[in-house]
Amino acid sequence: MNAFEYTFLIPFVPLLGFLIIIFNFNRFPKKLTAVLATGFIGFTFVVSIYTAWQYFFQMGPVNGVYPKFIGFDFEWLKLGDHLSVHMGTLIDQASVMMLIVVTTVSLMVHIYSIGYMHDDRGFNRFFAFLQLFSFSMLSLVMATNVFQIYIFWELVGVSSFLLIGFYYEKPSAVAASKKAFIVTRFADLFFLLGILLLSFHVGTFDFISLTNPENFESFNLSGYALFGLSIPALALILIFIGGAGKSAMFPLHIWLPDAMEGPSPVSALIHAATMVVAGVYLVARLFANYALMAPEALALVGYVGAFTSLFAAVIAVTQIDFKRVLAFSTISQIGYMMAGLGVSHYGGEEGLGYMASMFHLFTHAMFKALLFLGAGAVIHAVHTNSIREMGGLRKYMKTTHITFLIATLAIAGFPGLSGFFSKDEIITAAYQSNPLVYYALLVVAGLTAFYMFRLYFLVFWNTEPHYHLKPHDPGKAMLIPLIILALLSILTGYIPFGQFISSDGQPLHTHLHLDMAVISTLVSFTGIALAWMLYKKPSDMPQRLIASASTLYRWAYNKFYIDEVYLFVTRNIIFAYISRPIAWFDRHIVDGTMNAIGWVTVTTSHKIKGLQSGQLQKYAFAFVSAVLVISALLVYYLLNN
Amino acid sequence: MTYSIISIMRQELGLVVIALLVLFFDLVVNEKNKQKVFLIALALFGLHTLAGFFPFEGGNLFGGMYSTQPVHILMKNVLNIGVFLVLLMSASWLKTPQIANKSNEFLMILLTTLSGMYFMISAGDFLMFYIGLEIASIPMAILAAYEKFKSRSEEAGIKFLLNSALSTGFLLFGLSLFYAAAGSIYFDDLTRTLSQPSPLVALALTFLLSGLAFKLSLVPFHFWTADVYEGSPMVVTSYFSVISKGAVAFVLGILLFKVFPVFEGLWQNVIYTLAVATMFLGNLFAIRQKNIKRFLAFSSIAQAGFILLGLLHTDNLGIIVIIYFVLIYILSNLAAFGVAQAVYAASGKENIEDYNGFYKTNPRLALIMMLALFSLSGIPPVAGFFSKFFLFTAAAKAGYYWLVFIAVVNTTIALYYYLLVVKAMFINPNPEPLPTIRSDKYLRSALFITVIGIFLTGILSPVFEYIQAMVDKF
Repeated sequence: MNAFEYTFLIPFVPLLGFLIIIFNFNRFPKKLTAVLATGFIGFTFVVSIYTAWQYFFQMGPVNGVYPKFIGFDFEWLKLGDHLSVHMGTLIDQASVMMLIVVTTVSLMVHIYSIGYMHDDRGFNRFFAFLQLFSFSMLSLVMATNVFQIYIFWELVGVSSFLLIGFYYEKPSAVAASKKAFIVTRFADLFFLLGILLLSFHVGTFDFISLTNPENFESFNLSGYALFGLSIPALALILIFIGGAGKSAMFPLHIWLPDAMEGPSPVSALIHAATMVVAGVYLVARLFANYALMAPEALALVGYVGAFTSLFAAVIAVTQIDFKRVLAFSTISQIGYMMAGLGVSHYGGEEGLGYMASMFHLFTHAMFKALLFLGAGAVIHAVHTNSIREMGGLRKYMKTTHITFLIATLAIAGFPGLSGFFSKDEIITAAYQSNPLVYYALLVVAGLTAFYMFRLYFLVFWNTEPHYHLKPHDPGKAMLIPLIILALLSILTGYIPFGQFISSDGQPLHTHLHLDMAVISTLVSFTGIALAWMLYKKPSDMPQRLIASASTLYRWAYNKFYIDEVYLFVTRNIIFAYISRPIAWFDRHIVDGTMNAIGWVTVTTSHKIKGLQSGQLQKYAFAFVSAVLVISALLVYYLLNN
Repeated sequence: MTYSIISIMRQELGLVVIALLVLFFDLVVNEKNKQKVFLIALALFGLHTLAGFFPFEGGNLFGGMYSTQPVHILMKNVLNIGVFLVLLMSASWLKTPQIANKSNEFLMILLTTLSGMYFMISAGDFLMFYIGLEIASIPMAILAAYEKFKSRSEEAGIKFLLNSALSTGFLLFGLSLFYAAAGSIYFDDLTRTLSQPSPLVALALTFLLSGLAFKLSLVPFHFWTADVYEGSPMVVTSYFSVISKGAVAFVLGILLFKVFPVFEGLWQNVIYTLAVATMFLGNLFAIRQKNIKRFLAFSSIAQAGFILLGLLHTDNLGIIVIIYFVLIYILSNLAAFGVAQAVYAASGKENIEDYNGFYKTNPRLALIMMLALFSLSGIPPVAGFFSKFFLFTAAAKAGYYWLVFIAVVNTTIALYYYLLVVKAMFINPNPEPLPTIRSDKYLRSALFITVIGIFLTGILSPVFEYIQAMVDKF
């Protein structure tokens, strides 16, 4: 039928892997599981690379525009005459790029986990969940329609829930997994509402026709609006809230730092490279709609992104848990991508932000996965998460040190590494369209360089604590992915990304903006230099600085008390002002009234006293009152019509 | 003529014959063989359930008092599936010494109430409808009081009877008002003569809806539910909260869509209000429950609130999503009740606390319970997600975005308390968890069917398409 029909294999093979392993997880020896899972994901990786090659090079743009294909499609459910639900694979620029990201990182994480999880009792279970996650994420990425993306959106949430809570004997892990699940699901509800609203006004679930600007005229979007917003703006904002939940945007970011309770490879795969960027991907998927139908919604995306980015970067400066620093850094970098989308326009040179955001998504996946895997190697070696108990590790873990340094340089925007190029494009795009976002992002660039090098110096330089066992580099299975990802963190920057990914499908010629590059390089060097001075060698400078800005430090250290705010809201507001009054109302007003009535009827109810006297009358009373209220409601309605 | 009666009323007749055969065998067999009547009843009812799926065109009888169409047959089939599962789950309870001597009567009464529901669904006028309603309600009081050696069960029976009498009184008064307004109680005449909303019709509709809201235990007509559900034997509770509710939901759909579509503006207000109240209060009460039976009862109140969303979309899509929802609700809720039943039968425990550490000793039952609760809270890919999604779709299509929003908020609240039970089973530590339970083969097969159903009815599109095809013939 068409050239991409085979792409159904991409999600299908990991699904098969999941089923095979989960049904045999008591039976399979670890080796077999490792070979099977890695083989399956390796196969998927090869198919994805082939798809990318075929799409970008063999087919290439048609009339200067990259086309969109439905590779594989079947009708799954039919709902009424006009709506039907399909499942399939969508092949376009963004989805093919995401295939590469997901399968590359997933393959690296699979290989790494063979070493990392080696002594874990849950080895087979872990690999089964990894396969499940890969299946869900790949299906999400290739979703042909809104419904499919929603289903897999939930399913990645479930796999993430399972993997965060992997160490289910640990209460904190279980609490974290529940928190992640409930926070993201709460956000998903808005997503669902947004989908319903949009689909019913547009009349299609299908991405290709939904995002084609030529169709926009025919959509019936006039009519009612809420809070002064047009229907597409409201729908797209609701969808963005869903994306913000998954992508940990302020104020829904609270689950991500806790999600670090999961094993490190999981953090690398799900909470750095793939699932958490699903929100960015979602906005990118509907970018034409955001940019052309509801620029105000897109502006909101930009501001939320920029604010989150700044906010998380400030918190990251103060954290002492290795993985939490990286978690806040992830939040901050995803904010960067969102900001990139927010400052972009649709089509042509103006669409630089879109391309830059996708570019950053791509490079970030590589170096952030590397950072997490490196963190895993360090934690594996020193058996603690606290960076206060680390130091001087460069002597013991040479390869880990070099790869970690490369990733740190990349994220800090050091010239010549991948992060430099992609970040630079975002900053340029922001400069061209929104000065406020531009300055925010510039500050974030400096902060990023600072806190990443603070982390780097504290872990690999500074004073060496007394190690009981001499730390050492991990085994081959863990080192090889580190080295590959380090190479990718350098090289991916040189991909002429605009040639492949753009907002309207036309290749975009980008060039380095020298003035921008100089400014951002200076900013990141300042950050690195500051970190060097403060943290390379032990000194009391950091403590003195903390003392002089103690309030700010304390606030940032406590993550600006956002978790406490949530707790306060749920415990003090919901419990105190909603549940408790209801209980009080129940106990005093309802029961009180009933008791009064009961007192009147007590003489007559003597004979059936055995049955909790008064109860039945209460029920009858409620029944009759309700009938009266409903009658009043209907009469009111009749009089007004 | 006589043959056509047999063929058109075959489901009702078949059911009544089974019920009478059970009674007959119960009288003729000697004490030792009484248990075997259960097997006969189960086999006959299984055949009856299967026979319901033979394609059949339907027809009218008794001058329009009784009418059956493919959609009615489908509704009865959905109820049959549920009743079959309830019968399977009741096996062990019926063997308990205090019940054993009257176990066959139980079957007979259960089937009788089901026949009442059949007549309600197929009614073509209010007289038939009312008779069906009473056949379905009065014996239910007997079922609630079946463990009459326990005062709680006795109390449940008498409470149900009294409350039900009150609600029936209101309902009957509403029906007489309809007669006053239209001069007829035939549905066809009502649709023809009543075209303008008048205060009289509004009043009649209020009384009718209140009566049905009582049966469906919508807030604020729900008060009886907690006491009756808690006091009744577990099997009866599951029958009340699943089958009886499903039947009333169907009847409400038929009445509102086919008899009173002109008064849409009137009753949609009522349904809207009841839906909001039911979802919120049902959920808020469910959070506080400590007893698993009460917990499931209150969560079933909230679920009934969701069903109302489907009623707001007044064409075939509304009926389709209601049937689909009820089918999945039956499967999911019965799975949860099945596990609770197994636990109760083995240990006599029915508090949520008792489930702490349940996963350690009974991994399979815990997983089934989890699956059922996930389905009830609507997490994909299990069936409950699809049924909720379609319900929301129907309501959104009718333009009720705020209501969908409220419903969606309520699914989150519900997720919270369903997860509490999951947490108890999987996470809460317990030095002495319940011992490993080995349930009998009937219960096991019932649970097996529900689990398959929970997985497949959502994912397999033929199920939904079949419902659609049947309803479109309406």
